[in-house]
Amino acid sequence: MTRPVLYITRRLPAAPEARARRDYEVRQNEQDVPVTAADILRNADGADAILCSPAEKLDAGTIAALPGSVKAIATFSVGFEHVDIAAAKKRGIPVGNTPDVLSVATAEIALLLMLAAARRAGEAERIVRAGQWAGWAPTQLIGTHVAGKRLGIFGMGRIGRELAKMARGLGMEVHYRNRSRLPDDLAAGAIYHEDEDSFLAASEVLSLHAPGGEGTRKWLNAERIAKLPKGVVIVNTARGTSVDDEALIAALKSGQVAAAGLDVYDGEPKLNPGYLALENVVLLPHLGSANMVTRDAMGFRALDNIDAALAGKSMPYPVA
Amino acid sequence: MTRPRLVVARRMPRDVDARIRRDFEAWFPAGPGIGPSPLAMVGAAKEHKADAVLIATNLALSADIIAALPKSVKIVGSFGVGFDHVDVAAAKRAGLIVTNTPEVLTECTADLAFLLLLGACRRAAEYVGIMREGWRRPVSDMLGVKVSGKTLGIVGMGRIGRAVAQRARGFDMKILYTDAARLPDELEQGATFVPDLYEMLGQADIVSIHAPLMAETRKMMDAKAFAAMQEGAVFVNAARGALVDEDALLAALTSGHLFAAGLDVFASEPDYDLRFRDLPNVFLTPHTGSATVETRNAMGFRVLDNIDAVLAGDDPIDPLWR
Repeated sequence: MTRPVLYITRRLPAAPEARARRDYEVRQNEQDVPVTAADILRNADGADAILCSPAEKLDAGTIAALPGSVKAIATFSVGFEHVDIAAAKKRGIPVGNTPDVLSVATAEIALLLMLAAARRAGEAERIVRAGQWAGWAPTQLIGTHVAGKRLGIFGMGRIGRELAKMARGLGMEVHYRNRSRLPDDLAAGAIYHEDEDSFLAASEVLSLHAPGGEGTRKWLNAERIAKLPKGVVIVNTARGTSVDDEALIAALKSGQVAAAGLDVYDGEPKLNPGYLALENVVLLPHLGSANMVTRDAMGFRALDNIDAALAGKSMPYPVA
Repeated sequence: MTRPRLVVARRMPRDVDARIRRDFEAWFPAGPGIGPSPLAMVGAAKEHKADAVLIATNLALSADIIAALPKSVKIVGSFGVGFDHVDVAAAKRAGLIVTNTPEVLTECTADLAFLLLLGACRRAAEYVGIMREGWRRPVSDMLGVKVSGKTLGIVGMGRIGRAVAQRARGFDMKILYTDAARLPDELEQGATFVPDLYEMLGQADIVSIHAPLMAETRKMMDAKAFAAMQEGAVFVNAARGALVDEDALLAALTSGHLFAAGLDVFASEPDYDLRFRDLPNVFLTPHTGSATVETRNAMGFRVLDNIDAVLAGDDPIDPLWR
């Protein structure tokens, strides 16, 4: 019996890759280089399914041009803005993602960035590695105290709630803003703000966890930044598009924002060069999910989606 | 009324400085740099006819220096919680009151230790370096170690060790600790006591050390201790560099036996062993455990509270000997 053909746009961690090769005739981007729409269409020819990543754009045009052989698309991510769901629906191609497994790993990165930005770890690391450490002084590299402060979480979904739990270990008081108030068992004592201004005023540290899309495009703009307490620390591990980069860079220079920790960027992997010139930012290359267990689990979920779709069943983690 | 005379041997945060200028006839070091050597501090104390001296943990108060201090000095207040730089026995013999600043830096240092832990596990130094170079390479082959749900071993379960344990609970970590004795339940908070250091090291995925530096703890993390740790484990030190045999740690990091380390302190500071700089799998900070405005102010005020008390004829709040 011939095995179905699976086109994998990027390299996967070893364990899911081994499972894919066991179960499928795999076509893969061995060099793990960026992929164009033309590459996708060429490789998809004759493939039964596509396993893609957020780095590839499957827009309406690409999906409309996909060969008839493609019966399923699974993305190795929670987000699916890079796939035109309506276009896939029109073609009758199911699309699946990898929810849940990312929550804890991404919250870890958010807490890491919060501490690193507040405590000036990027700058500290560079000073130490450059051999420029002149000696300990009570006034050297003084950062922002985090323990016991108020943390504002914008978007209290799974990741936001995981971060809230971690922040309570630091004795932080958690405030949140969300489409709706959470039930008490999920809020776990976090303070809901119906009013955006009161939420911003309360946030001594602000962490973004809202989904992308037009509703949150450049949400963190100059006007909202001005409503935050002076010396606020900003963390973004959700969507780069939620931040007005020019406004944030200006506030980092003026001191309105003491420091920022960013894992995501508008237009990534390109990022606003203004960030690179600043000492009070800690920048990570979108690695919310970059740990071995999580990446494995994501790969397995993506394959579960494809297995189900090719067996004529519904995907266990469908996006639409 | 004449104000008491104080030698301020280390630069203080602004708010602390303001209180000093309000309450004391103070001597400050001239020019840039970290401040006077121990001998120069003694000279300043003599010349200034000091009633008190304010130092920090990077000014060694040896038996010789204590003996050389003028009799006018009734108290030396040290900015910091550690006191391995003080010859406490000599101070006691000389009847010199020396104080430290416990409690006020607990939370801040625990935050930094947890930052080092996360930074080491999630490879923050390498990733931040890639970003500074403009993110021109794929990073999908560079995976870190997940922290949540792992087993944390704490060496030294004092105030800071317990504050680190509290943070680890937010990550659903299993917590082991080793110390001279088991803690009462209300301080242990569900952490598991393992009397033997090496046994605990062997059971932990991540080890964070929070022991004081004493003769018995010097280089306690040696080749034998690192060998006892699990393959792929992570080591964190925000306590004192001299607790570690750095050659042994470098070997364990280079061989891959340890996945990574997060280090805020070094056996020699600031001229630390530059071999650490050349390792990708270390997250390094320059002794910043207490480096926040709030904490450094609280530490400075605590030193001044001790000095005020002693110069008013009361007992010190945080004496190193009784």
